[in-house]
Amino acid sequence: MDEEILTEEALILNDIRSHLTTFEKERGNLIPILQMIQEKHAYIPREAIKLVAEYLEIPVCEVYGVATFYNQFRFHPPGKYPIKVCLGTACHVRSGDIILENFERKLEIKEGETTPDREFSIERVACVGCCALAPVAIVGETVHGHMAPSKVEGLLLRIRIEKEKQEREKLTISGNN
Amino acid sequence: MTEEIHQLFNAIREEAEKRRNAFREAPVPKIHIGMATCGIASGAIETKKAFEEALAEQNIEAQIHTVGCVGHCYAEPIVIIDHPASGFPPVFYHEVTAGKAKMLTKLFLAEGDPRFEHVYGATEENELIPSVMEFPRFNQEKRVVMEKCGRIDPEDIYDYIAESGYSSLVKALQLKPEEIIREVQESGLRGRGGAGFPTGRKWELARQARGENKIIICNADEGDPGAYMDRTILESNPHQVLEGMILCAYAVGAGNATVYVRAEYPLAVKTVTRAIQQAKELRLLGKGILGTDFDLEINVFRGSGAFVCGEETALIQSIEGHRGTPQHRPPYPVERGLRGQPTVINNVKTLASVPQILNHGAAWYRSIGTESSPGTAIFSVVGSVVHPGLVEIPMGVTLRTLIFDICGGIPNKKKFKAVQIGGPSGGCLPADFLDTPIDFDSLTEAGAMMGSGGMVVMDEDSCVVDVSRYFLDFTQKESCGKCTFCRVGTYHLLSILERLTKGEGKEGDLEQLENLSLDIKNGSLCGLGKTAPNPVLTSLRYFRDEYEAHVSEKRCPGKICRALTAFYIDLDKCARGCDICGGCCPVDAVFSTKNRKKAIDQTRCVKCGECKVACPPDYQAVKKVSPPSLAPFIERPPKI
Ligand SMILES: Cc1cc2nc3c(=O)[nH]c(=O)nc-3n(C[C@H](O)[C@H](O)[C@H](O)COP(=O)(O)O)c2cc1C
Ligand code: FES
Repeated sequence: MDEEILTEEALILNDIRSHLTTFEKERGNLIPILQMIQEKHAYIPREAIKLVAEYLEIPVCEVYGVATFYNQFRFHPPGKYPIKVCLGTACHVRSGDIILENFERKLEIKEGETTPDREFSIERVACVGCCALAPVAIVGETVHGHMAPSKVEGLLLRIRIEKEKQEREKLTISGNN
Repeated sequence: MTEEIHQLFNAIREEAEKRRNAFREAPVPKIHIGMATCGIASGAIETKKAFEEALAEQNIEAQIHTVGCVGHCYAEPIVIIDHPASGFPPVFYHEVTAGKAKMLTKLFLAEGDPRFEHVYGATEENELIPSVMEFPRFNQEKRVVMEKCGRIDPEDIYDYIAESGYSSLVKALQLKPEEIIREVQESGLRGRGGAGFPTGRKWELARQARGENKIIICNADEGDPGAYMDRTILESNPHQVLEGMILCAYAVGAGNATVYVRAEYPLAVKTVTRAIQQAKELRLLGKGILGTDFDLEINVFRGSGAFVCGEETALIQSIEGHRGTPQHRPPYPVERGLRGQPTVINNVKTLASVPQILNHGAAWYRSIGTESSPGTAIFSVVGSVVHPGLVEIPMGVTLRTLIFDICGGIPNKKKFKAVQIGGPSGGCLPADFLDTPIDFDSLTEAGAMMGSGGMVVMDEDSCVVDVSRYFLDFTQKESCGKCTFCRVGTYHLLSILERLTKGEGKEGDLEQLENLSLDIKNGSLCGLGKTAPNPVLTSLRYFRDEYEAHVSEKRCPGKICRALTAFYIDLDKCARGCDICGGCCPVDAVFSTKNRKKAIDQTRCVKCGECKVACPPDYQAVKKVSPPSLAPFIERPPKI
């Protein structure tokens, strides 16, 4: 697994290198560059911070300081199915924290972590703008409103079944060839 | 000059009207679907798809018009169907799921039956269907900033122009910059970013400041975790904000402008970026605006999600590529801001008010709202109300009208307990303050503040200590760390509050909360630290008995703090053999006791309350109590 991540990271770094040159070497571009990396790869690998520092000719600690200051940037790859639990004000007063806890318990990871098989990750977010549906959780791109602890299990189960189905389909397709 | 402006703009307006008339007069039904974030979250994309499929299947011709958000978030996905051939007026439908969309296509569009049981109201007066304007949620609002939100397609600049968009720009270009500033000053417009600084005064200072490259920044950082009006405005009507920015730039003499919007708002970023492009294509933006020698470039900077970056000097730091730490003022940004240039920073709502002011005049604006706070206020009202969503009201309306009339009051026959206004910087007001008029000064006087416009309504089943803890948890994490009192002080405040909610409060804790709060207010540089203790201070002032119950009785009056509550099953009410509670318990805490009745294993229970919801209403056997010692102890039989 670790091996796999390392080769993956090497590819990511190459990609980042090729995109860096589209930015002018200005301090004001630091955040846009970090955003570019975050958006293309969903996290900022450790080595990428060095790359950016070299490119903008500023100390690594400056880049790291900025990257860690802002909530948008992550330093670990998220899961294939990132789960975001809203803990905005409306969701908090409707017990969003209990929903979060249920996901944590079922997936056996904490908020901010990714499952060892890199399938799921859990994150907390502030208001996603549908407070009327509170409490809210987002899996992938889909917003699930009126969440309840008992819905958590069903939701995860559905994703797992869906995935198994896809894998079976893949098998039959390759089997047919 | 004047002639050229008119010539250029008239051509644009004619095109807009041509398109509008073609759309209006097309002899087919029109389906308007709200597609801002809230609509999409409630399934508007599926709804739209269902309409498209059903129309194709049944060979019906109709036009789908995607619009922004009208603010009635409780009713999303919202669809308005205008089907003149049916003889009915345009009909407003709420919660239109994909299934409902298919049904309406068949029954209303094809067969002419509007299905009265699903109708919310008609959008205009008529004899057949009651109009939505009869509901307080519609007729007590006053739309100035959000007037066009939900009515026009935010992706189409012509839709905005057809509704007299950009006409105040035409007007302004024929005035002297000073005349615009005077108009804004006379209107009494105050900044909607929280502090309420007079906008005309800010612009005048920027106009007088010396600098070659003055800059305008539209602050759409919106860091309050419970407010989303700025995003909605950008998603539903970006051109009104852009027009406000152009007017501001013309008035102060700036050539560059930036919209600072959160990266977490991808749809808003996309909508504004497209709007800028469209405005440039029509020469309403860019080089030589409408043939004059006035140039303005607007770009978008995506904020990376730090609450403190809503503060103007921190915002500037972050655009310059640094950590967002506030700087000492003076110099104020209007003297020396971004890259050392005079910089005007205004909130989205402030800027979006300006085109309306120039269009209708300062006197008109002053006629709305109160003497010291003219205009409207926008709140995102959430929590325990029947109709949550975005509400735009004239300043001066009381909290009672807003909560009980416009938003429909508290659901489930619960009692009102408190309202939290202004998000992490605001305060918590009890029922005695319901008759307070909503304006900058009255709210501040009561201990809350306008702030971001977040409003959380709490019923009797909520805990003010927990809400204070929630906001402190937020500000503590978001403190940039520059000032010791803010960095360390909020940490200590939070740890005391955490102790209280866990039932570990000590005597003297409340006094320490108060003292520490005052120290943090005094010892912090920026508004974040200066206002962070507000939720604690106001709730301590008005709900001290609740704090005391947490400390001395280890009791949470709202039964919210989980360490201070317990669930148990009333054996007299439990129906034997019904397994619903056991089935839904996520941690297997429910077990069978005598006569197959159920009981809860307190050592396992995580207090999610799922069993209480699941227990059939006929039994209502699950009880919630605080303190936990009130729950009778029933031993779990060993597993066989
Ligand atoms: C911690 C903190 C957060 C703020 N967040 C915002 C914000 O999200 N949006 C905003 O417009 N103003 C925010 N402000 C206020 C700005 O500093 C500034 O006063 C405002 O943008 C000025 O615009 P206005 O005159 O139109 O109100 C914040 C201030 C502080 C201290
Ligand atoms: S607080 Fe969760 S969607 Fe607004």
